[in-house]
Amino acid sequence: MADRPLSPHLSIWKWGPHMLVSILHRVTGSGMATVGLAVLLWWLGSLAAGPEAYDSFAGVMGSPIGILVLIGLSWAFFNHMSSGLRHFVMDIGAGFEIERNKTSALAVTASGVILTVVFWAVVFLK
Amino acid sequence: MGKHTTLERYGSKTTAIGRVRGLGSAHGGAHHWLLQRLTAIGNLLLVTFLVVSMALLPAYDYAAMAGWVSQPLVATALALLVINVFWHARLGLQVVIEDYVHTSGNKFAALAALNIVAIGSGAFALASIARLAFAGAA
Repeated sequence: MADRPLSPHLSIWKWGPHMLVSILHRVTGSGMATVGLAVLLWWLGSLAAGPEAYDSFAGVMGSPIGILVLIGLSWAFFNHMSSGLRHFVMDIGAGFEIERNKTSALAVTASGVILTVVFWAVVFLK
Repeated sequence: MGKHTTLERYGSKTTAIGRVRGLGSAHGGAHHWLLQRLTAIGNLLLVTFLVVSMALLPAYDYAAMAGWVSQPLVATALALLVINVFWHARLGLQVVIEDYVHTSGNKFAALAALNIVAIGSGAFALASIARLAFAGAA
């Protein structure tokens, strides 16, 4: 081993909001790619199959568990979209300074939750 | 002195034999990266259209939903959404598989299954939209 410090320090780290954003981006993306696309296929397929099939889809999705899944999917979308926009900024090489990176990580995490609340407020209160 | 750098240990990553053995870069990374971003921009527009529409639609019963989907502009947007979303999801899950599945046989099988599911599901979604769109005109 060389005497100089070697990178990466796999055992020396502490939690930060940027790590949460990175993990949630992957989790929400994988969740939407599996559960979200299954719901999308069921929605379109049941619509194409006719009223009876659609009613069984709507029955499941309108149940408390179905609503919970839809709330989860809507949060996954808003979270993934927000952190995706942050990715675009970092893709051009901006926003890597520690403070700004931390602030943007907190901002996109909050934005995902806020947009989800706004979406369901519109659905239930319109 | 031992061989310290990757280049010294394994030789250039760009040699033909290195590529054949699967040791070198496949030179497809930039293409994948760019497509992930381009489909992300498409998703930003198309999925936002779907989500905002869902929030604003007056009812969620069969008549309201089928009537909405069968409109030409909506059907077009949804067909584009399906292509774009399944493409983006395929690219994303490919990276997840490549990160966590290290055995080459399992990795190949997982990527093959991903392609089949993504393309098959996307085709089913497009056929469903087409049925609704063309039934509306009949």
